[in-house]
Amino acid sequence: MDLELTDTQSALRNSFGTFFANESPPERVRRAEPLGFDLDLWRQLVGLGIPAMGVPAEYGGHGAALLEMALVAEAAGQSLAPVPLVESTVAARVIAGAPRPELSSAVLDGTKLATLVLDSDRANAIRHAVPAGAVAHLIVWLDGGQLVATEVPDSAARPSPENLAASPVCFIDSVELRNGSGWLAGAPRHVLAEGELARRAYRRAVDEWRVLSAAALAGLARGALDLGVNYVKSRHQFGVPIGSFQAVQHRLADVATEVEGARWIAYEAAWALAEDPERAPALASMAMIFNSSSAERASSVSLHFHGGYGFMLEYDIQLYFRRAKGWSLLNGDPGREHQRLARLLFGSEDG
Amino acid sequence: MDFRVDEHAEEFRAEVRAFLDEHLSDEVLERAHVTGTKHDWGFHRAVAAKGWLAAAWPKELGGQGRDPFEMAVLGEEMARRAAPTDGWGTTELVANTLRLVGTPEQQADVIPRVISGEILICLGYSEPDSGSDVAAAKTRAVRDGDQWVIDGQKMFTTLAHEAHYVFLLTRTNTGVAKHRGLTMFLVPMATPGIEIRPVRTLGGERTNVTFYSEVRVPDSARVGEVDGGWDVMKIALAFERQPTAQGEMARLLELFVDWAGSTRREGRRLLDDPTVAARLARLAVNCEVGRLLGQRMTWVSSRGDLPIVEGSMCKLFTSEAFVGATSELLDALGPEGLIQDGQEGPPLGGVVEHAYRHAVVTTIYGGSSEIQRSIIAERELGLPQTRPG
Repeated sequence: MDLELTDTQSALRNSFGTFFANESPPERVRRAEPLGFDLDLWRQLVGLGIPAMGVPAEYGGHGAALLEMALVAEAAGQSLAPVPLVESTVAARVIAGAPRPELSSAVLDGTKLATLVLDSDRANAIRHAVPAGAVAHLIVWLDGGQLVATEVPDSAARPSPENLAASPVCFIDSVELRNGSGWLAGAPRHVLAEGELARRAYRRAVDEWRVLSAAALAGLARGALDLGVNYVKSRHQFGVPIGSFQAVQHRLADVATEVEGARWIAYEAAWALAEDPERAPALASMAMIFNSSSAERASSVSLHFHGGYGFMLEYDIQLYFRRAKGWSLLNGDPGREHQRLARLLFGSEDG
Repeated sequence: MDFRVDEHAEEFRAEVRAFLDEHLSDEVLERAHVTGTKHDWGFHRAVAAKGWLAAAWPKELGGQGRDPFEMAVLGEEMARRAAPTDGWGTTELVANTLRLVGTPEQQADVIPRVISGEILICLGYSEPDSGSDVAAAKTRAVRDGDQWVIDGQKMFTTLAHEAHYVFLLTRTNTGVAKHRGLTMFLVPMATPGIEIRPVRTLGGERTNVTFYSEVRVPDSARVGEVDGGWDVMKIALAFERQPTAQGEMARLLELFVDWAGSTRREGRRLLDDPTVAARLARLAVNCEVGRLLGQRMTWVSSRGDLPIVEGSMCKLFTSEAFVGATSELLDALGPEGLIQDGQEGPPLGGVVEHAYRHAVVTTIYGGSSEIQRSIIAERELGLPQTRPG
């Protein structure tokens, strides 16, 4: 048992924390709305080697562990960085591991941004959300027994509606995805893997997405909590800071406890993906479930304690509130995730 | 970063489980359950024979020098099996305190008999008018030559009816701020003037009110300085163990999942009923998060630090999660879940129904949820203190 970050990991978390605090302040987050993508910030991250960071060294990456990518995601989440760090990290790992050198090098050097569809293995899906689909060049998904990367034509008119979270998500009909029609008409397909290998790689990628998203949500929750605590320390009513009222303190203490729990379950799930593969899928699900609800609670409690100002767009807490729900909901209805976790934990008589 | 429990702790876990298989008989469990007394002398002496009553103490002082990881395993396994360890808990806490602030005579007299499993010590802190505000104790100790005369009353003196001593918080000075006028005593329960009255509780546990009428003790029964009792209390409070709600919740969840896997309703396993499954999944999440918060406590202790905020977060989260879990699990049983054990046909032998009544005390004792929240708010979030005085 060792619950301490190594010096390297600590330095990583601190340096990215500082980077995102400096380079992705609320003003920049706002400027990126409604699309939710800051190309210059993405280029800065490319310059820092982010696309290749989480890719194993044998595939041309820097070989950072998933736990380390979780630390980076946590830092990005705390500043609401308008870049698809999680999607690009996960999809890059998939593409780099497949025998497609031309795709791989473009993804590793950041020329092409990749993402994945999270539920393309769902039998009866009619429509899919594609996280980061509005800005991605490559979309990784599972087509039956094939793991595929679809190249989005430059001219594609992607449906990326304005949304609660100012997220660059777009939506596609299952038929359009599978047939390469609609806005994917003429889009080249690259097969990355086949058969059982394809299914396993895909499920693993989606679990990695869940874990890194959970880490980002843990960071978001912490950022929301900090905003709330700072506000209640400085806001005075009835002659005292409102942070001196127990009702306020106690709800924030509950949030602080959940924020801590959220950090640790994300770290454990990230660790398990590498070190405890048997437990990893269940832990990834747990992290997604817990951190979704914790981020929602942290941001809504914090918003509430801002009083009327929390309701104003010009105060920053609403940025957290909207993204807490948005980033979580990309995984789908949490009720379904609970069902999925139950099947992972308890099996099913239907097999 | 490594979330694996160390091998030596896992080996110890196997040893503890084997011990429990041998000594924690159905008869012991039944007796503790029916009497509401969570102490069993036979079991306690078996624990003493293993050297576990002071397992974390240095070997030269009668312990086994076990590290926080092993101690966490020990506590967790005991809680998971609902072992009657309340007496062990309070007794070890006081013995630990004596180890640090007791006189050589007190240490020589009391500690060996604690480690051998011969004696129990109960806690006399709370009073009818002071629970969370423990420093407001009114039970008086007045000096009379080289004796003290004690008058007053204590609430929730659990296990007073089995104990040989009560570790008693008294007021020895009314002319100063409340924290500065307290003194601790180790009072033999056989001393004339002590009356024990049983109190039955919602959870079926038995506790007591104890009355002290002109109870005379020698000055040698005093622990720590006169009017220095608060410092002694702080030391004692630091020895309170890892919260048991986590182990209790894990136990309940495991029993329920087992049962739901072999019980059918409407043509399928209860475990495959989506509403039940979803509930259990959420409880499993809370269980895992609670476990991690507990591991963080153990980790901090293993580094030689006092896990104050970590302890508060763990206690707050796990006890509140436990209360919620008992409600959810009882709901999943439907109306039959209401049937109590000892009656005909209670599902799971009535363990969920009982847990529902018991769990509510876990957010109250050991520092209420509100006290824990205040500690977190003050120490972690830097918010102003709210309790006057």
